[in-house]
Amino acid sequence: MRYSIFALARGALTKHRHWHPAWRDAAPNGPYDVIIVGGGGHGLATAYYLAKIHGVKKVAVLERGWIGGGNAGRNTTIIRSNYGLDGNTQFYEWSMKLWEGLEQDLNYNAMVSQRGVLNLYHGDAQRDAYARRGNAMRLHGVDAELVDRDAVRSMAPFLNFDAARFPIQGGLLQRRGGTARHDAVVWGYARAASNLGVDIVQNCEVTGFVRSPEGRMIGVETTRGKIMGGKIGMAVAGHSSQVAEMAGLRLPIESHVLQAFVTEALKPLLPGVITFGAGHFYVSQSDKGGLVFGGDIDGYNSYAQRGNLPVVEDVCEGGMALMPMIGRVRMLRSWGGIMDMSMDGSPIIDRSPIDGLYLNAGWCYGGFKATPASGWCFAHLLARDEPHPVAASFRLDRFATGRVIDEKGQGAQPNLH
Amino acid sequence: MNRLESGGLIDRGKPLNFVFDGKKLAGYEGDTLASALVANGVRLVGRSFKYHRPRGILTAGSEEPNALVTLRTGARSEPNTRATSVQLFEGLVAESQNRWPTLGFDLMSLNNLLSPMFTAGFYYKTFMWPASFWEKVYEPLIRRAAGLGKASTQPDPDIYDKAHAFCDVLVVGSGPAGLSAALAASQAKARVILVEDDWLLGGRLLCEDQDIDGAPAVDWVRRIEGILTAMPNVSMLRRATVFGAYDGGTFGAVERIADHLAEPKPGVPRQRLWKICAKRTILATGAIERPLPFGGNDLPGIMMAAAVRAYATRFAALPGNEIVIYTTTDSGWAAARDLTGCGANITAIIDARASAPKGAARFAASAGIRVFENAVVVDASGGRRLRSLKLRSADGKIFELTADVLAISGGWNPVMGIGCNLGSRPVWSDAIHAFVLANPPAGMTLAGSAAGRFSLAEALDDGHRAGAAAAADLGFSPPPTKIPPCSEDATGSMPLWHVEGAKQKVFVDFQHDVTDADIGLAAQEGFRSVEHLKRYTTLGMATDQGRLGQVNGQALLARHLGKTLAETGTILSRPPFLPVAIGAFAGHHREMNFRPERRTASHDWAAENGAVFVDSGPWKRAQWFAIPSDQDWLDSVTREATAVRASVGVCDVSTLGKIDIHGPDAGIFLDRLYINMFSTLAVGKARYGVMLREDGFVLDDGTTTRLADDHYFMTTTTANAVKIMQHVDYCRQVLWPELNVQAVSVTEQWAQFAVAGPNSRLLLQKVFPDLDLSNDAFPYMSAIAVTWMGVPARIFRLSFSGELAFEVAVPARYGDALVRILMREGRDLGVVAYGTEALGVLRIEKGHPAGNELSGQTTATDLGFGRMMSQKKDYVGRVLAVRPALTDPMRPSLVGLRPAARSERLRGGAHILPLSSENRADNDLGYVTSVAFSPMMGSWIGLGLVSGGQGRIGERLRAYDPVRNGDVEIEICSPVFVDPEGVRVRG
Amino acid sequence: MRIPCPYCGERDGAEFTYCGDASPVRPAADAGEAAFVDYVYMRSNPAGEISEHWYHGQGCRNWLIVKRNTRTHVISAAMLAKGSAP
Repeated sequence: MRYSIFALARGALTKHRHWHPAWRDAAPNGPYDVIIVGGGGHGLATAYYLAKIHGVKKVAVLERGWIGGGNAGRNTTIIRSNYGLDGNTQFYEWSMKLWEGLEQDLNYNAMVSQRGVLNLYHGDAQRDAYARRGNAMRLHGVDAELVDRDAVRSMAPFLNFDAARFPIQGGLLQRRGGTARHDAVVWGYARAASNLGVDIVQNCEVTGFVRSPEGRMIGVETTRGKIMGGKIGMAVAGHSSQVAEMAGLRLPIESHVLQAFVTEALKPLLPGVITFGAGHFYVSQSDKGGLVFGGDIDGYNSYAQRGNLPVVEDVCEGGMALMPMIGRVRMLRSWGGIMDMSMDGSPIIDRSPIDGLYLNAGWCYGGFKATPASGWCFAHLLARDEPHPVAASFRLDRFATGRVIDEKGQGAQPNLH
Repeated sequence: MNRLESGGLIDRGKPLNFVFDGKKLAGYEGDTLASALVANGVRLVGRSFKYHRPRGILTAGSEEPNALVTLRTGARSEPNTRATSVQLFEGLVAESQNRWPTLGFDLMSLNNLLSPMFTAGFYYKTFMWPASFWEKVYEPLIRRAAGLGKASTQPDPDIYDKAHAFCDVLVVGSGPAGLSAALAASQAKARVILVEDDWLLGGRLLCEDQDIDGAPAVDWVRRIEGILTAMPNVSMLRRATVFGAYDGGTFGAVERIADHLAEPKPGVPRQRLWKICAKRTILATGAIERPLPFGGNDLPGIMMAAAVRAYATRFAALPGNEIVIYTTTDSGWAAARDLTGCGANITAIIDARASAPKGAARFAASAGIRVFENAVVVDASGGRRLRSLKLRSADGKIFELTADVLAISGGWNPVMGIGCNLGSRPVWSDAIHAFVLANPPAGMTLAGSAAGRFSLAEALDDGHRAGAAAAADLGFSPPPTKIPPCSEDATGSMPLWHVEGAKQKVFVDFQHDVTDADIGLAAQEGFRSVEHLKRYTTLGMATDQGRLGQVNGQALLARHLGKTLAETGTILSRPPFLPVAIGAFAGHHREMNFRPERRTASHDWAAENGAVFVDSGPWKRAQWFAIPSDQDWLDSVTREATAVRASVGVCDVSTLGKIDIHGPDAGIFLDRLYINMFSTLAVGKARYGVMLREDGFVLDDGTTTRLADDHYFMTTTTANAVKIMQHVDYCRQVLWPELNVQAVSVTEQWAQFAVAGPNSRLLLQKVFPDLDLSNDAFPYMSAIAVTWMGVPARIFRLSFSGELAFEVAVPARYGDALVRILMREGRDLGVVAYGTEALGVLRIEKGHPAGNELSGQTTATDLGFGRMMSQKKDYVGRVLAVRPALTDPMRPSLVGLRPAARSERLRGGAHILPLSSENRADNDLGYVTSVAFSPMMGSWIGLGLVSGGQGRIGERLRAYDPVRNGDVEIEICSPVFVDPEGVRVRG
Repeated sequence: MRIPCPYCGERDGAEFTYCGDASPVRPAADAGEAAFVDYVYMRSNPAGEISEHWYHGQGCRNWLIVKRNTRTHVISAAMLAKGSAP
């Protein structure tokens, strides 16, 4: 059923009895043309575009728990395409373009809100680094502005301009950046994919792979039985290494925990997303009113979906350095996601060395904003067996050849990306 | 006034004035804001989040979802403060929230009329057309309507502190179980920390009329408090909340030191963040009463039975004159007894269970209370306050009762949030109809109500056993102790999740206005995991974190799915247990004290001489020295750079990382760190070196000097000093432990100054008259250790500027003296002090790469150091540096840049494109890394990384900089602008 | 997190710097590019017990091998990296 104000009005008169499940809670019904392992945003978006753009008839998404239970539901909901290196910029911009038409495409309000992303700089070298990035964005047709201190002050007068250890000098602004309601993205893709016939199978954990005598991947073993498929794509984020291990692969990935936080709901305070340039702190305000903020990863390998106090303190120190009026605002809740931190800080969308198995991994903490383009490009790869042009740099062999995409220049040290 | 004439733990001799919504009211010391409001007959306290429904006080504890106020005003205003947790103080000012224009008449309550449309998740289904309206129309409206209180926009004026504590046994909660546990553990001589949220110890014992050891329970609390206070091994934190459990037995707690005062005393922090490391932990955090489902169950006047009991007994305040009790628990009857004891007028008790507990009938008869057994409340009504309620007996008969207070008791949920923080999952217990934590994390025990053992006797016993066991586990010997006898209290209960036939909304999550219909709709639409339910309906996401309504909602979901609560399960609680002020986490690290400031030895001298400082990582460095005749910063920088090239200048370079490397294998060790050879370096000589990461990209550069056969002195860039020390230690401890080499950072130990310019030798000879610094005796790249005025000193003939130059190092505490002497002795030579900007100008003129070029994305070849890469030895990064992408001849490499029109300015970060090409990424050739105005060239110059760089020398390209000032035509040139033959440096 | 430094005793995790899995061993100088690619980039990334490198930068400056569970964060052992096999 189509979602609209009229459908809601009808519901108001009929006690909303006419609403169907947003997606079918399917049972496994193989064989499938494509099996996607992982019912997060990326997996569901992949399934949706496989069905919609490539007309693939039988697609299954296997989720070990409930859809959207991983990083899709454990992030700070920021969308942006302010990347500086070729390979990343065009990809994230394609994602931004898809965000811009997503809700009408899915018929689901994911609250995509382009209220701007402002990255502050606090010194000349940082200004020039942002200029380099902004200019790269412009070369890719992405909106970017370098704004000075006065412009920042007019946008966010409540920031600390006067008593700062690292005074704000200006910022790199992407007006088209913003936020989206993370859970709604998952549900919107699930509903749209399900409407196109995709089977979304929850509580179905992959426990192994089925290979043909020639060594090709032809199916998966799951807690709900063996499921056969022509191609298998994995989109399991922090658990990439675990699933790859079942296929006998090691990946250039470590799993790290990233914490994030939300405060009690407040009346509107922040205009868009603001990123502190002299510490680890970024913040936006949700439509419900909570300040949603985060900082650096904890820095050690983890699968625990929770972190420790030093990072909480570090993030709040950044917050108080930037906006000392939030001292009395209370942190309400924290969460931790398991980031698939790659060795150069950029993702992998590629064939695996095993026939029939495809990889979508290494999203670091950039996975949420990538959701639409990740799905789009992974679907393209699965359907056509060739990389999509905007994701052509996200190859697995780049670590061997040295064609790494290292935005921060930190080298093979995942916890520094 | 609803205040009782006697009883309670308030001090009637100490009245306190306060203001709520502009109205002057009074309470007593010992009140909470909520109890004072109850005593003043205030019923309407807030508005709900979504429908803006009128709400009153529901609880007497930190689980309060409704009575949220903005406490204090101005910079100290604290939105969303629970009135039930605020200790009343003289002059307190509170204001209701989320209403406009007033609490009584709130226009936003129109939402309530639209509520048939505003079901769970309605916003996902609409507001999509036209697309551009979201940011412009819909979202601003939604945002304005949402949110609760207003945050101040002024900096928080209060200070926050942090402290660490260590103990054997941490006891959380000071009710009967907690006190009993703390007593047992401390009598065994264990170090105990007892943390209590309230300002008084005692927990439920403050709010119930119970006896322990033959006397009122409050007396027992005072006695135990006295014993614990006298014990040196016990620390108590009152007004403190343990908000989270972390790894390694670490707990976070926040102590509210001054929140019960109008403002903190000068110099005293408002709150303190405690990090408590405990070997064992006992959670004695009690339980929270569950609300009951019926239509209109959110009306002001409907309160938790335990809360009504607490207001009457502890605060001597009766919330109403015509009280009805609706219960499915024995504790509801106990509340009735206590209330009757306080003189409250209870008109009826409704028990949804088939029969009331033993002795109930006699009690009711003696108190003249009407009893309805096996009956449920269906609807409550009234406008902005409860007036009447409708109940239905088992045979379907409907009764109407008038009431101004309905005290409800629907069972108890153990409070075990902290226990779940590390991943332990609660399981449903059919025995007590609640979730319990069957497998708490290692080292943690739950006691009393928190463990689902609700009676007073169980709590005392449980606490004692847990305290003694924790101590015994750590090797202490608990002495034998008698557990005191106490009054009996029955703990029977029956869960009740749903009522049929309610005409009005049945609220499950009060603050977020989640109703039983919303839960049903979520299940109908496929949101069937408790996590989906939470996210779709926002159940449990309000400021009370679902402590009141979450289990009720989950039970409704289970009911819709035909499952049990054991099957659907519940949510894991995550920190913080209660909302914690961000300021407490930040502590003193805010504003100017956000990060420490590192100063060099010459800092004070520089400040006296007009230095403008720049942040260089944590360091403060002199950026330039302004003198009155300088027009602007560029004037100062140009003057300094010019003076260095013309005569002599002095610059503090102490911030460079300095590492002493000792041992017979030091030379071999350095060979493996650097791409070039160091074992062959002669004693008394320095060499420039480049280090790679193991992935083949440049890590850092610097000069390293051999001071003795087995002693090298390494310098690193300022930015990488810490990282390189770590790298050096990694290489010698992990990669090559067989090498006999030691290393230590001496960055702080030495103050080091560059003395540069054609007159630098003259100046140094004045300061070191006994040394022969001539070209023959002390050629370029020499080093010598000397004694200067009785202190050790080192002189290096190094040059970053391309001039004849030296660096002089002395122990840091003599750095100030050295710079003053250098400047004094150089006066007649026209010596200048120069800062980092002039340093940058000089190095860019010489084409030396620095931080902007050492970006972690460049190879040695990119920077022109390819030929330094030794073929004769292994070193970090050697193998991967020759991968195809790192040796691609079209990689951007270092070149010099000049504006074609010499008057134009270059800017760092501009990209470099062919002339008359389209502004497209595939035309991108590289970017400008560093720029400076060169006094020698009389124009702006720059360094850049340009694809096929050296082959383009002489070529005209353009610097593309749309984020600033558009295009500048540039000419590619050699990166060495000044003295390419290197005559000056050897002069 | 509390790390039992064999030199300093148990200390707060914030005093240490993390450097990942300690299992990969630097190949011999002549092992070839593939071996170095594997050493630098490929990780087992186990969900469970891991031996990892931590640097006590704000203490004794020793590199440690810490045995820790990545699911529970429980540390079972810590030793000096020098002279220990991961």
